[in-house]
Amino acid sequence: MTTELTDAQLVGRCRNGEAAAWNELVERFSRYVYAIAVRAYRLPEHDAEDVFQDVFARAYERLGSLRDDDAIRPWLAQLTRNACVDRLRATAREHPTEEPSAEAADAVLERLDEALDVHMGLESLSENCREILDRFFARDESYRAIGEALDLPAGTIASRISRCLGKLREKLEGRNSEPETSGGM
Amino acid sequence: MSARSPYDEERLGELLGLLPPAPAGWVQAAQELPGARLGLDKIVQLARADAEFRVLLVADLESALAQAGFEPTAELIEAVRACLPELDQ
Repeated sequence: MTTELTDAQLVGRCRNGEAAAWNELVERFSRYVYAIAVRAYRLPEHDAEDVFQDVFARAYERLGSLRDDDAIRPWLAQLTRNACVDRLRATAREHPTEEPSAEAADAVLERLDEALDVHMGLESLSENCREILDRFFARDESYRAIGEALDLPAGTIASRISRCLGKLREKLEGRNSEPETSGGM
Repeated sequence: MSARSPYDEERLGELLGLLPPAPAGWVQAAQELPGARLGLDKIVQLARADAEFRVLLVADLESALAQAGFEPTAELIEAVRACLPELDQ
């Protein structure tokens, strides 16, 4: 399954029962759903896992009711918010806790939307750049761990990160619309 | 003075850091949903038609599924367990 499919194309294929499309849809939005649960609503991992599975189960069951296939992202965000709020309220009945305010959750969600745009921008970079940036920033790996995983001298990782960020920035700012095909950095 | 980019390196790094990968097991379970759903439909159909199978499901869910030829994944077991009260009626 190509990652170049638009969200709407992906949703269309899911609706046609293509298993690979569903895999891609889950892969594409898994970080987003996860981050909404643990960052915007600060759910503990075990609750976040239930919410995560619940959201994708509902999405799968109700995909047919989505009116605008392009709106899959806000739709998933809303499903996740509802599931998180339900979970927090159910938990609060047993153990009263402070629920994040809607405003605070909205503010985080806005940043997560921006973060997802940037993450999607990684797709236009070479695989090496994607790996390096994702490992360093999202997976919080050390220079040494990245160097070992990608068979690169650890002393070159910092400069590679900087170069890759520069390329990502160019892509996001629309300075260079040609996709990278080489593995170079 | 030139306009400041909304995407300086620090900000890009910060935004990338906001989306760590979800645990691999969670992603895999979500990806297996269609298969589990398909299996669930068949199991429910079978249980409605076969009282003995229904009893087996209640007694030992995992074994009943395996004996009937379904892979008893955690996802499927959970889904069938959720349907059991409905099947009893």
